[in-house]
Amino acid sequence: MLDVSVSYNRYRFLGYEYLTWLWFLIENGQDEIKKLEREPLSLEIGNRIVLENRQKDTVESITIKGDDANLEEGILALRKGAVVSELNLWYKASDQEWRFTIKAESLHIVSLKCPATGSVESKEDLEGAVLEKAYLCEKAIQLTDSLFRQFITLRVSDDWNKKVIPRIRKWISS
Amino acid sequence: MGLLSSTVSITRYRVEGKLKKPVLETMATCLKEHAIPEIEDDISDKTVGWTSFDRPFNPDFEGSSFVFGTHFVFSLRVDKKSVPSSVVKKHCAMEIARRLSETKRPYLSREEKSMVKEDVTGVLSRRIPATPNVYDLIWNYEDASLWFFSTLKSANEELETLFFKSFQIPIIRLFPYTTADLAIGLSDTKRDVLVRLSPTLGAKE
Repeated sequence: MLDVSVSYNRYRFLGYEYLTWLWFLIENGQDEIKKLEREPLSLEIGNRIVLENRQKDTVESITIKGDDANLEEGILALRKGAVVSELNLWYKASDQEWRFTIKAESLHIVSLKCPATGSVESKEDLEGAVLEKAYLCEKAIQLTDSLFRQFITLRVSDDWNKKVIPRIRKWISS
Repeated sequence: MGLLSSTVSITRYRVEGKLKKPVLETMATCLKEHAIPEIEDDISDKTVGWTSFDRPFNPDFEGSSFVFGTHFVFSLRVDKKSVPSSVVKKHCAMEIARRLSETKRPYLSREEKSMVKEDVTGVLSRRIPATPNVYDLIWNYEDASLWFFSTLKSANEELETLFFKSFQIPIIRLFPYTTADLAIGLSDTKRDVLVRLSPTLGAKE
């Protein structure tokens, strides 16, 4: 395996491409997303997208935030060559909701808000609370794993350049 | 942000190895050996060690207190002393004035001023208590996965160092490339393709 710090920098574009593809998929491929889990689910863009446009030595950062934010500015940034560096997602399944942000470069999951759990009033409640929280975190992580797996499978296939990239470019320019 | 906080941030790792059997005993021994010391070290400005998830200020790794269901749950504690620069500046000025008055000299040399700063910082560090920072983690031993509930670079570096020192097992941070290479289950042929990939979206860097 490649040296960790070398691979972090050399392949960080994979994270940017993943989140850009994920935005495209949410807008255009809800049927594919629904196939990821056995139970019905919905996945939407949340209230924050950060994009980065790297050209030569300069990095331009564009942040779109707000519950009803217009994403047109983001599409415009994509048209100019930006990629998504942070994406806030709202995931619903079984009447429960998760909200979290994925960071492209590190795949960190930040500000993960899971469905509410019972309060801890005694030491006996603690183990239950920890296991419940671990289960709820795992649900969000499993979803992101499935999405990343789907992305990487496409990314290392011929379909990426032949089919996916033209569809993404068409979406960006439409 | 702790594991039970209303919002959490997670850095994920893959654990590259297994503990010696019996696992629970090895685990308890390693945690105890590298637990945060109970008595505060007056001299060093930073102390790092493991602590209990449920008793972060009184670590106790007896029995299976770190086992929650099928997970190991415990915490990294980093106690750090930091003296505000304005306080150092004030005490340096006071000390320089005192020395000048005692020696009846008009000024101190650069070297003397540097020694004053060193002495003052040392004295102040011994007087102020260290600030504890606790970061929870969940180690799913069977899945060889570890979730660290912090995305702070410094905390992650402390975790990686202490984990290897304690268990003699390396952990690999899961970012895009390592996730694709290690956690997706790609065939060798596809992994070769992965290594040769180059950007296809966005402006060329």
